[in-house]
Amino acid sequence: MRESKPKLSNKLSLSTLIFLALGLTLGLGNAMAEDYPTAKVNTTGLAVTDTTVTVGILHSATGTMAISETGSIQAEKMAIAQINAAGGVLGRKIEVIQEDGASDWPTFAEKSKKLLENDKVAAVMGCWTSASRKAVLPVFEKDNGLLFYPTFYEGLEQSKNVFYTGQEATQQILAGLDWITKEKKAKTFYLIGSDYIWPRTSMKIARKHIEQYLKGKVVGEEYVALGDTQFGSVINKIKLKKPDIIYAAVVGGSNVAWFKQLNAAGLNAKKQTMLTISVTEDEVLGIGGENLEGFYSAMKYFQSLKNPNNEAFVAEFKKNYGDTAVIGDVTQAAYLGPWLWKAGVEKAGSFDVDKVVAALPGYEFKAAPEGYVKVDPNHHLWSKLRIGQWRKDGQADVVYESELIAPDPFPKGYQ
Amino acid sequence: MFGYTMDEIGNIVVMQGFSGLSLFSVLLLMALGLAIIFGQMGVINMAHGEFMAVGAYTTVLMSKLAVKYDLVHTYFVFAIIAAFIFAFVIGYLIEFLMIRHLYHRPLDTLLATWGLSLVMQQIFRSTFGAKEVSAELPEWLLGSFQPTPDIDIPINGVFVMGLAIIVTASVYLYIYRSRGGLRIRATMQNRTMASAVGINTKKVDRMTFALGCGIAGVAGASFTTIASTGPTTGSLYIVDSFMVVVFGGATSLIGTIASAFSIAQAQSILQFFMSSSMGKVSTLLVIVMILMMRPEGLFASKLRK
Repeated sequence: MRESKPKLSNKLSLSTLIFLALGLTLGLGNAMAEDYPTAKVNTTGLAVTDTTVTVGILHSATGTMAISETGSIQAEKMAIAQINAAGGVLGRKIEVIQEDGASDWPTFAEKSKKLLENDKVAAVMGCWTSASRKAVLPVFEKDNGLLFYPTFYEGLEQSKNVFYTGQEATQQILAGLDWITKEKKAKTFYLIGSDYIWPRTSMKIARKHIEQYLKGKVVGEEYVALGDTQFGSVINKIKLKKPDIIYAAVVGGSNVAWFKQLNAAGLNAKKQTMLTISVTEDEVLGIGGENLEGFYSAMKYFQSLKNPNNEAFVAEFKKNYGDTAVIGDVTQAAYLGPWLWKAGVEKAGSFDVDKVVAALPGYEFKAAPEGYVKVDPNHHLWSKLRIGQWRKDGQADVVYESELIAPDPFPKGYQ
Repeated sequence: MFGYTMDEIGNIVVMQGFSGLSLFSVLLLMALGLAIIFGQMGVINMAHGEFMAVGAYTTVLMSKLAVKYDLVHTYFVFAIIAAFIFAFVIGYLIEFLMIRHLYHRPLDTLLATWGLSLVMQQIFRSTFGAKEVSAELPEWLLGSFQPTPDIDIPINGVFVMGLAIIVTASVYLYIYRSRGGLRIRATMQNRTMASAVGINTKKVDRMTFALGCGIAGVAGASFTTIASTGPTTGSLYIVDSFMVVVFGGATSLIGTIASAFSIAQAQSILQFFMSSSMGKVSTLLVIVMILMMRPEGLFASKLRK
């Protein structure tokens, strides 16, 4: 299919040499496409030409999950635009094919098949919920695709074809619980989450950690149906048990109702300590800062982080998407995807999935807005955990920052 | 008792009682508009939740204006009125453009209104963005009222309850004590006869549908105090609304009230003693069993078949 390409580059070899020489003499670090003939960097028939490489973006732009996934789409597009502005990947501009998973898991599988088999994309940035990731996983494994998945999630998964740029459960949970137990001298915990795999797995880990390592007591564990908006009885139960800490992982519309009703029932941060693992800057918009003020979130990233990388990132994001745009944890993790892929490709000197997968572990990304991440051989990232305390204006003050935490998607003793 | 003092138990009983009543008013407000449309006209309006979202978004827009002109303290009352008007007008137009062509085809209206709900969701998403938004609430709607230091009564709950009482009373007065209501009831009982005595039944249908939508708008506006506002907010309410209406007996206003009350109390109490999702499941199970014995719902109007 691409037999003519080598001939073409033969013809151009003189100019290639000149360019190379020029590049060397001018000290330009940028890779030129000519240094990497298409036939050599693409042996598996991906959508790579002499000047372009195509990647896919697969998120829900419509449906229930659009609330959360919009930020990821924006961040990924911005990262790609920045990479292109800096010369692209191996001298090739990145072109994007965006597909809409429409918050429907079979649609995600369909679209990933389309991206991999028809469009032959070199990588896909995508998915948000675990359900959508589980739906596309067989497709990526069969077609040997490459997925960068941005959401913090429950762990218990590791695939050759996926890089997880968010935190897995132990990274998000353990250090946070350690901190708040010590800080508040907490003994009793009340666990509450929405009723699906992520909160349930997370709470299982949290309970084990509280009971075995922190010697605390779980006085209640509660799951509310997805979409449930009535928390009256649950709040009364909490009032009766008087836990030192509420540990919460409620999501979606329920999350908003939960905080509004909690506050209205008199359980605000003055009377009750709460640590949540499901509130980022994105959620604050719907919940309202006044209902969150004083509560804590455990995330690896907050928009208010003070470091030069993040300041540049936030400024660029606002330039692209307006001054009122907010950046949550997952948005930042989604931003890492294209950069990590670029690094993998350049380290491998090839777009071939197998070579990128082999090259990426061990890579340190020092320009990450969250500061520093390292790719572990298990395809997850080393990252820090931060605890943010919410302010009324919807931003968080970072009150604690952990050491770098190794990802451990299959934690021993927590299953 | 169970390691708690009598005082603590007393406080919880009070707060739990209130929480049941609060859930009752929420369910009632949700279901009232639907009861009018479904009960009086036999139209299964799957877009009911989206009309509630119209009310909620109206409130959010009004709150933006209020913040701009420094009227946060008072705007909420006007927001509710505006929500009613907006939802009413949109309902009126929808009836004219779509529903009236589908009378006597209940399954087709079901499908058509479901399509409408998807269209409306996408319109919300395109207009207001996919993310959830929140209305700036006046101070007097926030926090709790404390008769004793250990009892917290949520003010937004009291507000929703008050609103539910006002709306229900108005609907009752309108349907059973006014000329307009008389026409609605006449049309519902016997369309041909009503038409024969000079009632414009088409106009009555349009007004009834619009009224139901308007009430949904009010419900949506008041729910901004307790829950979320996003493009798919409406879908959170639709199942509960139908549950209340069907359980109560579709044609009876008293039935809707009784059904909202019993579902709310059952759910509230079960959720306290069981886990939250188990409480909900058990409530549904009981409803299914009762409906198996009484397919017409709690308060069916006695008809000769």
